[in-house]
Amino acid sequence: MRENGYLSGSNLERVLRAGRFAVTGELGPPQSADGSVIREKAALLQGACDAVNITDNQTAIVRMSSIGAGTIVVQEGLEPVIQMTCRDRNRLAIQSDLLGAYALGMRNVLALSGDHQTFGNHPAAKNVHDIDSVQLVQVIADMRDKGVFQCGEAFKGQEPRFFVGAAAAPFAHPLDFRPYRLAKKVNAGANFIQTQLIYDIEAFKGYMEKVRKLGLHEKVYILAGVGPLKSPAMARYMRDNVPGMLIPDAIMERMSAAGAPWAGKEELSKEDKKARSQAWREEGIKITIELIQQLRAIEGVAGVHIMAIEWEEAVRPIVEGAGLLPRPVLEPAA
Amino acid sequence: MIVAEAKPLDEIKRLVADAEKILVVGCGTCVTVCFAGGAREAAVTASMLRMAGRLEGIERQVTDVTVQRQCDWEYVDPIADQVAAVDLVLSLGCGVGVQALVERFPDAWVVPGLNTKFMGVTLEQGVWAERCAGCGDCLLGLTGGICPIARCSKQLLNGPCGGSIDGHCEISAETPCAWQLIYDRLAGKGKLDALLEVQPPKDWRPARHGGPRQIVRDDLRLNEAEVGQPAEQEA
Ligand code: SF4
Ligand code: SF4
Repeated sequence: MRENGYLSGSNLERVLRAGRFAVTGELGPPQSADGSVIREKAALLQGACDAVNITDNQTAIVRMSSIGAGTIVVQEGLEPVIQMTCRDRNRLAIQSDLLGAYALGMRNVLALSGDHQTFGNHPAAKNVHDIDSVQLVQVIADMRDKGVFQCGEAFKGQEPRFFVGAAAAPFAHPLDFRPYRLAKKVNAGANFIQTQLIYDIEAFKGYMEKVRKLGLHEKVYILAGVGPLKSPAMARYMRDNVPGMLIPDAIMERMSAAGAPWAGKEELSKEDKKARSQAWREEGIKITIELIQQLRAIEGVAGVHIMAIEWEEAVRPIVEGAGLLPRPVLEPAA
Repeated sequence: MIVAEAKPLDEIKRLVADAEKILVVGCGTCVTVCFAGGAREAAVTASMLRMAGRLEGIERQVTDVTVQRQCDWEYVDPIADQVAAVDLVLSLGCGVGVQALVERFPDAWVVPGLNTKFMGVTLEQGVWAERCAGCGDCLLGLTGGICPIARCSKQLLNGPCGGSIDGHCEISAETPCAWQLIYDRLAGKGKLDALLEVQPPKDWRPARHGGPRQIVRDDLRLNEAEVGQPAEQEA
């Protein structure tokens, strides 16, 4: 730790250390070289989040790099969390990219395995997986705390000092092992955790109870993942296709009920469809606000991570509705 | 064993297009067991090529022979005359067999008739599955005898990832999740503690990433006098 007591001094770290309930968002870079897309999205998230995750070729689809997009986000005065997958880079590339990211002003990293490339738009690609996400956490923490590269060689100049994040999938299988896998990430050096989308509060409470039994909530900041549903079809798709995605019937029913006024109609006009979509989205936002309030009441939940990819407009109303505005403005770390 | 699969006939026809005299060489070991390149498959392939030639109006001489092990000089040397008598050798051995023929018979033109897939087991008749990726530094002692390198889609050493669901891997419902298998196996043996430790990054040098691999055992090597002449295959 540095003299000022911060590991990285990032805004996210300072908010969490101050004991404030943190809010992170997500910004998906475009499948193009157009930086204005990032600026527009950053403007939507500005002031609503303490930091925003910049995804790294999410779902294995080629997009602007997280560090490239993150640089624009820094320029826009927003704090990025650089996502870094083990799918596309070996330990050399990962470390050199992180040095560059630090030099460009990035201070948070989220270490991920990465969705398998067969899901994406280059299914014929060779994947890397030289190190895994747990090892990546360790590599980034060791760079900061021990001042060494993965190979053990010491830094000759400034070492990158990142606030190190990792992901948790509380409802993936084997269920019993999930709290222990989180423990491994904490032991490897994770400072904060962002979970997979949570819709099933009861199930998540059970998970958190086990997490607390292991004392992990005292060693790591846990940000629970939430995301607004856009339609009943999206909810069904996620429930049925995304591993470990539990969406209780009550939420499914609320989404359907929101579209009920249009349900019996023979043929929907364009306006009808628009109005129905609007009603669904409003319900989706309402549900998310309620989920945040319930999550906040769970001991050991230090914040929320709002994933509204390609719907960044939804973030501010959610944060506002949850009573989390304005976001704290803290003195920068010395 | 090494598991292989026949190449599509069209591809084989392209590979042998210019040849008039062809020798199909089967192998009596792994690829016989997985029904890809044994004596039976060699005979069938030879007759298919003859037929295909006839349909195209080419009178091809296609013969076949199967050796006990195509990756051993000892077994391939006896077919030297047959190889010398043709324009092209179609090997139904695995990739090792093909290259062994090339190394032993540098004057011959040898092409592969199989796609070599993996090292694996026969799960049931007609179903084979990968079990080892030859990483050069076996980890099975840590993982209860289930290989995360060959059987986890991301080669995780600290699995399972968040994609593991209902026993299968995120890539498909037909692919068992190696880490669920490892978990179940260790749980069954009361050895789950082994999974709590963070496994450090793997040294991939023994796994071919340090360059092509070779094993030299001086305790087994013959001295020059015994060899009589320097063996060609020595590096
Ligand atoms: S750990 Fe390496 S040597 Fe052992 S089975 Fe797996 S790939 Fe083969
Ligand atoms: S789901 Fe299982 S087998 Fe597939 S990548 Fe994840 S840990 Fe490996």
